[in-house]
Amino acid sequence: MSSEAIISVRNLHKWYSGVHALKGVSLDFKPNEAVGLVGDNGAGKSTLINILSGLHMADEGEVFVEGEKASIANPRDAMDLGIETIYQYNSMVPIMSIARNMFIGREPLTFSLGGIGILDETKMRQQSVDAIADVDLHLRSPDALVGELSGGQRQGVAIARAMHFRSKVMILDEPTNHLSVKETTKVIGFVKSLKEQNVTGIFISHNMHHVFACCDRIIAMALGEVVLDKPIGETNIDEVHDLL
Amino acid sequence: MKRLLKLSLQKPELAALLLLLILVGVFQITSGGFFLSYANMRGLLGFLPEMALVAVGVTLLMICGEFDLSVGSVFALMPMTMAVLMVDGWAFLPAVAVGMGFCALIGFVNGFLTIRFGIPSFITTLGMLFMARSLTVVISGGFPPRLKLDEIPEHLFIAFVGPGDLFRASFLWFVGIALFVAFLLGKTNFGNWVRATGGFLPAAQAMGIPTARVKIACFMLCSMLAGFAGLIQVLRLGSPLPSIGEGLELQAVAAAVIGGTSLFGGIGSVLGGVIGATLIRVIDNGMVLSQVDSNWFKFAVGALTILAVVANAWLRKRGRAMKVET
Repeated sequence: MSSEAIISVRNLHKWYSGVHALKGVSLDFKPNEAVGLVGDNGAGKSTLINILSGLHMADEGEVFVEGEKASIANPRDAMDLGIETIYQYNSMVPIMSIARNMFIGREPLTFSLGGIGILDETKMRQQSVDAIADVDLHLRSPDALVGELSGGQRQGVAIARAMHFRSKVMILDEPTNHLSVKETTKVIGFVKSLKEQNVTGIFISHNMHHVFACCDRIIAMALGEVVLDKPIGETNIDEVHDLL
Repeated sequence: MKRLLKLSLQKPELAALLLLLILVGVFQITSGGFFLSYANMRGLLGFLPEMALVAVGVTLLMICGEFDLSVGSVFALMPMTMAVLMVDGWAFLPAVAVGMGFCALIGFVNGFLTIRFGIPSFITTLGMLFMARSLTVVISGGFPPRLKLDEIPEHLFIAFVGPGDLFRASFLWFVGIALFVAFLLGKTNFGNWVRATGGFLPAAQAMGIPTARVKIACFMLCSMLAGFAGLIQVLRLGSPLPSIGEGLELQAVAAAVIGGTSLFGGIGSVLGGVIGATLIRVIDNGMVLSQVDSNWFKFAVGALTILAVVANAWLRKRGRAMKVET
């Protein structure tokens, strides 16, 4: 295990009712790096990400965060370790306002008793406005429902949320799916800007062009194994395509 | 101004509130001015808390994305448990505590089974509807036990209080509890979790909300509110009948739906549930006063449910279509 890695996984295995979805994956993610994770459906990308974000647990293998062995049993553990995941669809509740969505599960409270308390709504609204402005997104009031936003704006709010909570690692699971060209450019811009913010990005996509446009390193997976792991300068779209 | 109109059009309880105002107006005319009289209001407000408390619990649970059909049976089981214990020599307060604990347990079982085995709560609580009703009859031994009224501080629940003795103490309980639940839902982090859990479960889970515990808490609250409402009715009637609350579960769901609560979770408000319950009571009462054949009552409630949902969908659509500059 290289000591400088922010996340290292060693020999991860995962079975889903008889299907061997991850077959001994070992990887290092370095600080400040934008990594593109590509692969066909069923290649094991999502399984790997679900383990890192706490939705599933590995059957075998270890995860290290900043050199320390980590046990990620649920999404909350992952967030507490500074790992934020932005999913294709499911990181926002459409019927709730932007301000409410920003703080789901991490609400600022003015008073609390045994973990239940009164929301600090002024703070929630103010900080969401700031967080959204920080990622260069121009939105109306923090009271607008997330369901009324476009796909790109939703991803923007999700990214603003992850930035607001000072994540160290941001995992973006197919963030450009179903987005317009203009919005895609914007999301790719976000991924590029992560580096300046000192955040490691793991960008999962089907689209090679998107990955090559913003990542430093490409990891390709097929049938539960890593088949390629190269800096972007040493490979090209054709090589990766052939491997998949 | 336009923004305000847009926001209020999208409020889920708006349609029900409009219908309520219209019906009150209609009944006031058809009853020859008697509907809004002091005597009638006194009767109406005396009955209202029992069903409205059940509706508040059901509304909360529906916002959380689940369903409870067992509330009508729990409504009967809680006071029966209390009455049987009191016959055995228990004092009022411990007997009530055990009864409420029993309700909490039923809510817990409803929630636990639903989540643990991933079955629809419609099924779990349908089963519980029969089981709890049967238990009520079994523990009563076939004969409703006599309430020891002299040992019960009835005045705390059913005595007439307020300006001119307009409402019963139960009305104050109801207002207090409804405000508390509305506060819990609207102003606390728990409320945020309830709405997120019902609104879009995968997102709530991905954001680390303990969705299973949130749902179970809502099931328990719902059952306890139903049990407490049953207690109030039994104290008012003076006898714990094993058959009370039959059909109440559907009326409570109707109240929640009339008040704008979505069957798919996430959308709804406590105020809506209360307005829905009030509407049903107003129809019941207003039809009698207007000398309409009382067999039309269920027809009216059914028609109202459909009408309210249609009106709601229409208003919300109009609200959403309104463009506002911001």
